[in-house]
Amino acid sequence: MFGKLSWSAIPLDQPIPMVASGVVAIVVIGVLAWVFVKGWFPYLWQEWITSVDHKRIGVMYVTLGIVMLLRGFSDAVMMRSQQAVAFDSPGYLQPEHYDQVFSAHGTIMIFFAAMPLIIGLMNFVVPLQLGIRDVAFPTLNSVSFWLTATGALLVNISLVVGEFARTGWLPYPPLSETAYSPGVGVDYYLWAVQIAGVGTLLTGINFVTTILKIRAPGMSYLRMPMFTWTCLAACLLIVAAFPILTATLAMLTLDRYFGFHFFTNEAGGNVMMFMNLIWAWGHPEVYILVLPAFGIFSEVISTFSSKPLFGYRSMVMATMFICIVSFTVWLHHFFTMGAGGDVNTVFGIATSIIAVGTGVKIYNWLFTMYGGRVRFTTPMLWSLGFLVTFVIGGMTGVLLAVPPADFLLHNSLFLVAHFHNVIISGVVFGIFAGYTYWFPKAFGFRLDECWGKIAFWLTLVGFILTFAPLYVVGLLGMTRRMQSYDVPEWQPWVLLAGGGMVVVTLGVIAQIVQLVVSIRHRDQLRDATGDPWDGRSLEWATPSPPPPFNFAVLPHVENEEAYWTIKQRAREQNKLRPEPEYEELEMPRNSPTGFICAFFSTIVGFSMIWHIWWLAGAGAAGAFATFVVFAWRDIPEYVIPAHEVARIDRANRSTRLEALASYTGPRP
Amino acid sequence: MTIADGTISHPDDPYRLGHHDHAHGHHAPGHGDGGPASKRIIVGYGFWIFLLSDIVMFSAFFATYAVLKDATAGGPGPRDIFDLTNVGIETACLLASSFACGLASLALEARRALWFQLAMALTFALGVAFLLLELREFAGLVAEGNGPQRSAFLTAFFSLVGCHGLHVTGGLLWLLTMMAQIFAKGFRADMQRRFLCFALFWHALDIIWVGLFTVVYLLGAGT
Repeated sequence: MFGKLSWSAIPLDQPIPMVASGVVAIVVIGVLAWVFVKGWFPYLWQEWITSVDHKRIGVMYVTLGIVMLLRGFSDAVMMRSQQAVAFDSPGYLQPEHYDQVFSAHGTIMIFFAAMPLIIGLMNFVVPLQLGIRDVAFPTLNSVSFWLTATGALLVNISLVVGEFARTGWLPYPPLSETAYSPGVGVDYYLWAVQIAGVGTLLTGINFVTTILKIRAPGMSYLRMPMFTWTCLAACLLIVAAFPILTATLAMLTLDRYFGFHFFTNEAGGNVMMFMNLIWAWGHPEVYILVLPAFGIFSEVISTFSSKPLFGYRSMVMATMFICIVSFTVWLHHFFTMGAGGDVNTVFGIATSIIAVGTGVKIYNWLFTMYGGRVRFTTPMLWSLGFLVTFVIGGMTGVLLAVPPADFLLHNSLFLVAHFHNVIISGVVFGIFAGYTYWFPKAFGFRLDECWGKIAFWLTLVGFILTFAPLYVVGLLGMTRRMQSYDVPEWQPWVLLAGGGMVVVTLGVIAQIVQLVVSIRHRDQLRDATGDPWDGRSLEWATPSPPPPFNFAVLPHVENEEAYWTIKQRAREQNKLRPEPEYEELEMPRNSPTGFICAFFSTIVGFSMIWHIWWLAGAGAAGAFATFVVFAWRDIPEYVIPAHEVARIDRANRSTRLEALASYTGPRP
Repeated sequence: MTIADGTISHPDDPYRLGHHDHAHGHHAPGHGDGGPASKRIIVGYGFWIFLLSDIVMFSAFFATYAVLKDATAGGPGPRDIFDLTNVGIETACLLASSFACGLASLALEARRALWFQLAMALTFALGVAFLLLELREFAGLVAEGNGPQRSAFLTAFFSLVGCHGLHVTGGLLWLLTMMAQIFAKGFRADMQRRFLCFALFWHALDIIWVGLFTVVYLLGAGT
């Protein structure tokens, strides 16, 4: 009846997961009780959970990403503290638990923290930058989000019911095959990532269509803002790479569930085929994360240098170059496979060449700042911190791209230090820059600058203190994923890295304090104008927060800096454009399809993990029925009357007029 | 409430086949700086992107098949198990069902409800025939002890062909839903867009089958 599921699946004998999940359960129940007592549930359901507004979905994505970032971070704290005490000692984490912790850390950070944060910012910003009212497929967008949330939920369920994979963030066979991992850990991984991956694929399709087919009049490709360009590149990569992940995970699932022989040791299975397939997705995935972050830095550096982005066209070229070349480097993840000198050379050179595209970008950012009036706000500090530390991480990457060096450094902590060096400075700093930069657009008030700067400096110093020692200890021969060790030369460096972790934790706390302080002081931090940073692209033409329809009339774009041009013309003539004719607007109606579909997906995923076949079938039937009910709807849109559009736009125009009257800067 | 734009081949549609109006060109909606495209273009375009991603997924299974083709582990190889007559009939059924789907498109454009339902029923029947033949082949192999658990080659074969079969099954489910929707809602603009996607999907499955027929069956039986 319940497959493999029984009471013994709950690890009552292990205090750490029980305490952790107990705390999570108390927090969740507390939040739900709070929402219920306050009577907020109808509001949450109508305005958020069923929302198909790209801005709301973006905010929900970012919220999910932040929660999971904290979850993945606590795994990191456990790993660093375990290693700090595990010299000649078993430490406090048993090997099988430690293995779950590092597997969960990588899985969560990539799939459920970095991806939702990047996709969340993309959701919020791209339609605004394109000067349009929504994405191509609004309800599909909601489905995407809720499928990602399903994956995150399944990973968290594994904390209480059963176990998580002990195979690393990519479940390499034969270890991940049933023979060596008979438990449900790998199955949790497979179904969580598979379901979330489908959500991501749908996002990719949605945004490629949006960017290529729906842009404001006048916005040709070479007038799109840089962030939108990088999101296009990332979404093209999603469309081309995520199906490979889907196929690969499906193959491993078939191996595990039905005794197929894709990756087994027996009957002709091919283990290295898994490495090739998973990295044919995995390397583009790196650029799916980092390209939009590069876009964020481009926006931030240009805005706070008060200059157009230097070398816009070369930036577009570099982005598309990286987009294509990222598909030709996957073998550098396993130079030690033994493919031979010629194959390794080709992939080594391709890997080095991809750094050229990034180099172009670095110089473009430097020249954007050169001669500008640079304002050192929090988003700008994150960008500068990125520029300095990312170059170091990039150089160690070029070092690892040399196959003979890689043979020595493969699977050492040097590698771990390298990829954290680029992912944290590239992706995480980019996310923090984007979060502080666009926060006022989303909520109508800025984040506290003082706490933001404290958070930045603590995070930067802690980040360097944590990972610089790992480079050293990697060169001293320490391999990754060690639960304990007995080499005395490593100990001081491991302890130093643990100390760095303490500083990063302070940075995380500062970031949380920043949010709390900003919410409390929101009236002082209010962004009345909708353009708090003197921005240059179209999102700053809307009020903060933007109305559901974003733009009363689609703006007409004349060049690369759509809003800057409008603003400069107003400053020149000292008046706004004449008021347009307002018309009624049709917007997509909210729909619970995404949420209900995710509810059934959770049932399917959970029952597949525990081999409860009848329930999986029922869940799949429920999901199909949900789609049919959605497809049967007769009224897909609601109408916003012209007077309402006019009221909102006139309010926006009057704040712009006030800003124009009080403007004291240079006039063109 | 209105549902934006409607007909399948509007005379002002700058995208209609063989149409090169330089007055539109760069300024046509959805192109260059012409502003947002029409809903029909957006839906069709988005579905094409999905189909491309689906083809990428198939290519992963094709690659797997190419790698594992010779890993027979002492079991039968392609030569021993393929029956080209059966596969030939299967192919004929699938291609004929694509033709019937084309007839349904024409009936939809002509707003002939009865013909549309008949053509769709024919599409469905031929699709089911294809699927039954495929299942018969699978069942025969399993009965002889040559199931997917036998060797890596058979794993790859069953997965690649089965993945296509699973798509056909999903397509048949969609087809029935589509018939019911057109029956209940008539030739509404959103139904027409949805049918456009279904037709694209059904034809794309043919394209994949042609590749599969060639790479797996023809090359397999010939070597």
